[in-house]
Amino acid sequence: MSTMALETVSVSKRFGALTVAQDIDFALAKGARHGLIGPNGAGKTTFINLLTGVLKPDHGTVRLDGEDVTRASPEARCRRGLARTFQINQLFPSLTALENVLLSLTERAGRAWHCLAPLGRHTDLVDEAMSLLANLGVADLAARPVQEIAYGQQRLVEIAIALASRPRVLLLDEPAAGVPGAESRLILDAIEALDPDIAVLVIEHDMDFVFRIARRISVLVAGAILVEGTPEEIARDAAVREVYLGESRDGR
Amino acid sequence: MTEPEPNATAHVLRAHRWRAVEATPWLVAIVAFFLLPDYMTLGTQIVITVMFALSLDLILGFAGIITLGHAAYFGVGAYACGMLSAHLGWTEPISALLAASLVAALVGWLSGLVLMRYHGLTLLMLTLSVAILLQELANTYSGFTGGFDGLTGISFQPVFGVFEYDLWSHTHYWYALAWLAIVFVIARRIVYSPFGRSLVGIRENPLRMHAIGAPVFRRQVAVYTVSAGIAGLAGALFAQANTFVTMDVLGFARSGIIMIILILGGTGRLYGAFVGAIVFMALEDELARLTPEFWEFGVGLALVLVVLFARNGILGLFDRLLSRVTERSR
Repeated sequence: MSTMALETVSVSKRFGALTVAQDIDFALAKGARHGLIGPNGAGKTTFINLLTGVLKPDHGTVRLDGEDVTRASPEARCRRGLARTFQINQLFPSLTALENVLLSLTERAGRAWHCLAPLGRHTDLVDEAMSLLANLGVADLAARPVQEIAYGQQRLVEIAIALASRPRVLLLDEPAAGVPGAESRLILDAIEALDPDIAVLVIEHDMDFVFRIARRISVLVAGAILVEGTPEEIARDAAVREVYLGESRDGR
Repeated sequence: MTEPEPNATAHVLRAHRWRAVEATPWLVAIVAFFLLPDYMTLGTQIVITVMFALSLDLILGFAGIITLGHAAYFGVGAYACGMLSAHLGWTEPISALLAASLVAALVGWLSGLVLMRYHGLTLLMLTLSVAILLQELANTYSGFTGGFDGLTGISFQPVFGVFEYDLWSHTHYWYALAWLAIVFVIARRIVYSPFGRSLVGIRENPLRMHAIGAPVFRRQVAVYTVSAGIAGLAGALFAQANTFVTMDVLGFARSGIIMIILILGGTGRLYGAFVGAIVFMALEDELARLTPEFWEFGVGLALVLVVLFARNGILGLFDRLLSRVTERSR
């Protein structure tokens, strides 16, 4: 068995008396399509922050491609192939969609320290940025400041920025959050069209969405993994129904 | 999905190209010399102020680093250049200027290593503290700096050994203008480079910059160092033009006024430094002559108007008017 793309071993994190992550053992295989679900406040975003290095765990180890990155900064993890999107868009609002993607591309290409030749001379990167936007179906918005485009399309730019760092592991934090139903189809298509070698972890509150993408699903409840299995197993699981589906059914 | 417009990439590919309108400040500078030869002492001060404001624009306008203590580096440059001449007899102007700029950059780098770990009000207070600290240092070591009496005994050889300094500051004007042109070309190159664009990314969203693998802190320290070096160059020019340095080169008033000038002209666009410095200093000069007691009121009023009606400075207002005119003509 080859090493896992991303792996945590008994990762724990407390904020004072509140345990937000408890002994989480989690593994993402290469090319995985994995879903992470759980009720509100289960610690999904905390877990993402532990994976990306925004938070450091109190105990446990995070491994990226077999390498211990527990103490590595978010930027170091990104350079090692871990990219993420955010639950709430984290774009560069006054810049165009093209410039948004280019920022990520120049970092990945190691050219962001170049300080005397203009960015416009790096035509290879400009072409790559355009093809990334085209693959996500938003090339026609390339020259528009992202603060002026529709929210659903901003979500796609959000993904384009993450893909520009050519990740081996991609974490999507509620990619369809805030997107109107009809437009969430675009995001679903974009995720389905991703390179099969990229390991993808989708964090979602919306069960329907995650069931259409994930081949395996983990359920996070109160900072701990309750159960992991195929979508069918999760749908049948009594404990999951109780804490998650029940809550969701009552909630909507 | 629709095809991209054929010129979708044009704004990125052509952003750095020189436009004809960019010749304006330089033409103004040349015309001003021939029309107003008696005003070249003021002209020299304006050129120096433009350079100082430009250094602030790199950090404030592009990288989004706020500061109330940028005079620290202007002052270090001024004192370094003055002391080289007064104490060490280093009177060759160009090398002394570059040396002073390097000293300021070094101080910028060292203070930046601490300052760039902070944001918001904390950063504002700390930048203020650095400037106050340096001013106290200048006061304490008055044997070297002249303290409250100021640093005297500054004199420099003619530029290239040829151009003597004159009473009307004509030589100083061209000398300062030449340095400004060099600094401007460098600043402009930086701004349009991948490094410069990454600074804008940091201004717009530092969280996302971390997430795409950018070493945000190191990049902020880098631009802070460059900015301090340019501020120091401006300070050194100031010392050479005035042959006298007092402690107010490090003062809070200077830090505040340079920020006002930049905001007045418009931040994050390089040319805001030119417009702000010319408008502010011409206004100050004119109003001080008209009403020696109330000129600050006039300056204050102009500022209130800009903040109320031209949020992005005079150049921002200009942009808005221009786009309204082109829309109407369509």
